[in-house]
Amino acid sequence: MPGAESSVLEDFIRALRASDVPVSPAEAIDAHRALADVGFSDRTLVKDALAVTLAKSVEEVARLDVCFDIFFARREFTASGAEAAPTDDGDLEDMILAEDRAALANAMEAAAGAVGASDIQLSTQRGLFGRRLLDQMGLRGLEARIAALRDAEAADQRALAERLAAGRAELFVQANAFVDRQARLYAGETGRRLREQILAKQAFTAIAGEDVRAMEALVRRMARRLAQRYARRRHRAKVGKLDVRHTVRKSLTHDGVPFDIVWKQETIEKPQIVVVCDVSRSVAAAAQFLLLFLHSLKEVVQRLDAFAFSDRLVSVDDLLDDETVDDAITLILERVGFRPTDYGRALQDLFDQHGARLDRRTTVIILGDGRSNYAEPRLDLMRRLADQTRSVIWLNPEPETYWGQGDSKMDLYARFCRVAKTCNTLTGLERIIEDVLRTHLPR
Amino acid sequence: MPLDHAADPLASVEGIVDGLGQVGYIASRRIATALYMAAHLKKPILVEGVAGVGKTELALSAARLLGLPLIRLQCYEGLDESRALYEWKYGKQLLYTQILRDHLGPALAEAPDLATAMARLQDSGDLFFSEPFLEPRPLLQALRAEGGAVLLIDEIDKSDEAFEAFLLEILSAFQVSIPEIGVVKAKIAPIVFLTSNNVRDLGDALKRRCLHLHIPLPDQALEERIVAACAPEVEARLRTALVAFVQNLRRLDLRKLPSIAETVDWARALVLLHVRTLEPALVRETLNVLLKYESDVAAAEARLDELLSARPAGGGNHARR
Repeated sequence: MPGAESSVLEDFIRALRASDVPVSPAEAIDAHRALADVGFSDRTLVKDALAVTLAKSVEEVARLDVCFDIFFARREFTASGAEAAPTDDGDLEDMILAEDRAALANAMEAAAGAVGASDIQLSTQRGLFGRRLLDQMGLRGLEARIAALRDAEAADQRALAERLAAGRAELFVQANAFVDRQARLYAGETGRRLREQILAKQAFTAIAGEDVRAMEALVRRMARRLAQRYARRRHRAKVGKLDVRHTVRKSLTHDGVPFDIVWKQETIEKPQIVVVCDVSRSVAAAAQFLLLFLHSLKEVVQRLDAFAFSDRLVSVDDLLDDETVDDAITLILERVGFRPTDYGRALQDLFDQHGARLDRRTTVIILGDGRSNYAEPRLDLMRRLADQTRSVIWLNPEPETYWGQGDSKMDLYARFCRVAKTCNTLTGLERIIEDVLRTHLPR
Repeated sequence: MPLDHAADPLASVEGIVDGLGQVGYIASRRIATALYMAAHLKKPILVEGVAGVGKTELALSAARLLGLPLIRLQCYEGLDESRALYEWKYGKQLLYTQILRDHLGPALAEAPDLATAMARLQDSGDLFFSEPFLEPRPLLQALRAEGGAVLLIDEIDKSDEAFEAFLLEILSAFQVSIPEIGVVKAKIAPIVFLTSNNVRDLGDALKRRCLHLHIPLPDQALEERIVAACAPEVEARLRTALVAFVQNLRRLDLRKLPSIAETVDWARALVLLHVRTLEPALVRETLNVLLKYESDVAAAEARLDELLSARPAGGGNHARR
């Protein structure tokens, strides 16, 4: 394939990666081979060939189609424009005066290549790149020329200056549109990813407004990822240990000759998780996200019992199962939310309602601030909980320095927990839940 | 089916569209491009789409077009390599062991020492793990087919992840290692179709090795052509009307949208009933051909008149490529 076409494809693949279609080097090679085969003459054929080789799911096909249309909307399809001659100041003036749009477009394309416009990462960089682009095209020279002409005596020179100024204004518009397209192609995804990264590390309490939606998507993805990872293996062959009973039984069909050797397997038990979530006033902001996470996790982890409490404790399994996430959260908060907390009472309720199912295989995760409004903390029940279950994990949205201050009994509760940690970001939450899931898989 | 293609039917995308049309499969450009790429890049195609949209049929038609044998492997949970790749013919091995047992005594008795006896035993032992005792299963058949084959791995999403991983060697290199025999490599790479209904997400490793093809539900024009090809007895006017009805039906919020297979079934049913125009009463009676859930049938019945009278949305709702 000629160099120019090959470099166009490279650019397109970079644009694809920016629009969240991951393209591996092997696939890029396939795409090159495919295009070498079908050529560049038929637009639909090129699009189809790229879709077949580069996209890997329905969503990716849709994204590729959009990306293809934006990308090749501005390019000459055979990519001859990429080879435009470099421009200098004089050219720019001539082109404006001659109103040669094609030449201007070519010059802009060449300048874009020179300043690396496709390296744009964030939409906020548009101004910067627009300026660089115009500088590369010789804007400074043009501006000096306009200033000189305006100062001139002769009327026709001043008129020329005005024509050039009008051309310059038009050029600004063109350059802005060009950079906008670049940003849509190359910066869309990076910007989103960056925002998500920031969100994941932000304290729950500080998230507001439109970020809540983005956060929800993020939570759901994290929950799914966790569930997929841990749902993988349920049996593992203990290689080297013969299962005599099964082997003998299987050999009966072969006159006692053991053709099929059966090895011992161990079944990996799925963790049984009980989540108790504080939804009282003091943790209201965090509670919303904890419930959201719970809802997403519940969709993918079967053996999960969820409870919510403030002054009393209720099971929220049915709500999480039956309602959509927004309804479920609203209903839960309506039922038990925003009242003063009573941890002692909640622990008592937990034993009353669920005590029979708390055993050595259960991991209890408590999400709350440990502020009990000076009510009896019932440390005896906490001890019993710790003894009876595999482990108790307490995630507290407050920083550790606050534990034990005021009405916080966290320092007392923390003794009975295998893990007691501050957790007020999504990343933290994911890490801890993952630990829980992993430590339950033997070895 | 005899084919009078003097040239290679895979020479161009247009050629594939025509060729598939001749064997009764109306393909969009993108489908044909996928087949073209699969043949030229020697990569398997992963075909996705809702049930009944023609995924399996595509593989069958490709086999007919190329005049190659179709080897089909239906996937299910618990499928393992002994059923997919090869197995030893245990019964035959056992039988031969019995026969050998009678002859072994004298043979070993003549041996001067233990080492010679062991060596003789070794020779006959190796015999049991050789070609005559090998039972090839679909994957091995496809690799060993003289002159190539079309391999259809149906509903790959129903198999286990372990099996998916096992497929990787075959799909990327068209070869497979059998411990007792060695590496079996395809002389002519088979054309491989994998189909998936998205029961579960497939692994990235598998997706990376495949070309991806998603077959959407067709638009009015394409579906009419498909019905014309599959049920030629239907008159043009009835065909337009019945396809328009199905297209409208797909815009309802149903549990299972009718796909191409259902449309074709329905068209054939109408032919059997000697229907010339779509009457509401008749449509009501035959709705169960199109819709598979009682709740869907009820939902469609409630809005039957509307569905019958509404014109299709210009065929633009499912853009064909």
